[in-house]
Amino acid sequence: MQHDEVIWQVIRHNHCSFMAKITTGIFCRNPYNVTGICNRSSCPLANSRYATIRDHEGIFYLYMKTIERSHMPNKLWERVKLPRNYEKALEIIDKHMMYWPKFLVHKTKQRLTKMTQIRIRMRKLALKTREKIMTTPRKEKKREARREEKAEKAAVLDKSIEKELLERLKRGVYGDIYNFPVKEYNKVLDMDGLQAASEDEEEPEIEYVEGYEELEEEDDMEDFGGLAIEEAGEDDDN
Amino acid sequence: MAVKRKKSNTGDMIVPCGKEDSNSTEKKSNGKEHLLPSMIKNKEKRSAVHAQLKHQKKLEKRKKAKAREADEKRALEIGEEPPPRKIPRTIENTREFDETICKPDDEELFAGNDGDEFSSILKHESTSKILITTCRFNSTRGPAFISELLSVIPNAHYYKRGTYDLKKIVEYATNKDFTSIIVVHTNRREPDALLVIGLPDGPTAHFKLSKLVLRKDIKNHGNPTSHQPELVLTNFTTRLGHRIGRLIQSLFPQDPNFRGRQVVTFHNQRDFIFFRHHRYIFESKESKQSDSKATKGKDTMDEKSAQEKTVARLQECGPRFTLKLISLQQGTFDTKGGEYEWVHKPEMDTSRRRFFL
Repeated sequence: MQHDEVIWQVIRHNHCSFMAKITTGIFCRNPYNVTGICNRSSCPLANSRYATIRDHEGIFYLYMKTIERSHMPNKLWERVKLPRNYEKALEIIDKHMMYWPKFLVHKTKQRLTKMTQIRIRMRKLALKTREKIMTTPRKEKKREARREEKAEKAAVLDKSIEKELLERLKRGVYGDIYNFPVKEYNKVLDMDGLQAASEDEEEPEIEYVEGYEELEEEDDMEDFGGLAIEEAGEDDDN
Repeated sequence: MAVKRKKSNTGDMIVPCGKEDSNSTEKKSNGKEHLLPSMIKNKEKRSAVHAQLKHQKKLEKRKKAKAREADEKRALEIGEEPPPRKIPRTIENTREFDETICKPDDEELFAGNDGDEFSSILKHESTSKILITTCRFNSTRGPAFISELLSVIPNAHYYKRGTYDLKKIVEYATNKDFTSIIVVHTNRREPDALLVIGLPDGPTAHFKLSKLVLRKDIKNHGNPTSHQPELVLTNFTTRLGHRIGRLIQSLFPQDPNFRGRQVVTFHNQRDFIFFRHHRYIFESKESKQSDSKATKGKDTMDEKSAQEKTVARLQECGPRFTLKLISLQQGTFDTKGGEYEWVHKPEMDTSRRRFFL
């Protein structure tokens, strides 16, 4: 025997595991619920005649349950596949739920409408590109920050820039813009020779590759065409 | 327990526990080798032992330094060469061997250079034209950063990002004859990534941006002029680094205006690329040597004492930031179908002496 009223009293007042109470209202998490609200008339457990629409892989199905099958939980819900076309689906719902209470029919149709709209929107969004958020673990972020600090200290930027500029000046890249007497040039060269020992420590790696580094500067392309092999030899003398 | 007793005898009396032991004074010298502080379970004792070890090390270091200085002084007084200074060990010194480091006589490299995507710009055949845009959501600091970038990179144009797809933007830019696109990506209201796409079918480099300092936040900053700046790229040693170097080079015009005296630096250190923009000037500075220093054997110093040195002085202008390469993809932006030349994986960070650029 189906005592819907009794079931409802028990569920509502004692405990229903599908009920979710939020600040805005009371909702039902039961997947077969047509409206989603916890109500006497929308509860799929407390109504022996019930219908709903569920979505499986983009296809909508009409599920119906009647009192005649209430003793066979295995075969309780009858499933009807709805066509893609919205109007035709509405007609099918009408056909199957011809003599059902108006409330249920109305709510089922509303649910179908909503789900069709959701389906359209999902398809439109899938065509657009969306940004995917990639997270990095906090450990890595901190490690990178630490290494960056140390790298910045190791790269004495101001000194290295000044050195590079002075070398370009010596090499004559700037032409005659800066007039420096030759005597001073030689003195600077001598000084550099003396200080070579102490400066070697700072960038031993650059020494070796420096000759090749010349390629990177734009002005070289004008002066030396493609190959810069003789340049490498020239710098090795320093 | 026995372990703790040994140490308590010779250690300091900070810990007033009754753990005195008479024996094992002679074991102290051996004790250090097979007794690390980390083996002591008691925290107070362990920290006391550790502090003592550090203190001892500090004293030894100071003694050595003094001895070294005394040696040098003595050698100079006598007139002979001071003992050679030792080279300190740095991470750059002890970098892991990398076979992709470019050598100056690599024919293959030059051939590759001629055939790659930047060669036309770098050989002055075409001029660079840059399109700068942002990601869909803009940030607080983004526009300021972009305006500074516009002033640093000549011939750069800023276009607002609508909700266009990046691939469409690439097409649009190719039609309008741009040579590269820079996308400034924002996260948490701060620019944090830079995407540099070469055109027409150039590589896409994705950089992580950090430590951004805008021009107004730099003390005594200078203002950049519209002269074309010089470019300084240092420390790009490996093949990958070389390629990135050329990518950066292709953003800038190849004919710098030396009278403008501006220099843009991209300095690579340990895979971090530091960007600086300076105005420079050469000055000759009188360097006076004080006579109080030992003058007897210092012939070399005499030469220096009354002469002028040329130094370069820099005034920083323009923003300051660091980049780190996350991935380099061949072809224009295509995350799904593109072919990646290099991708950063966390397992590459396991060694502190291994760098890729």
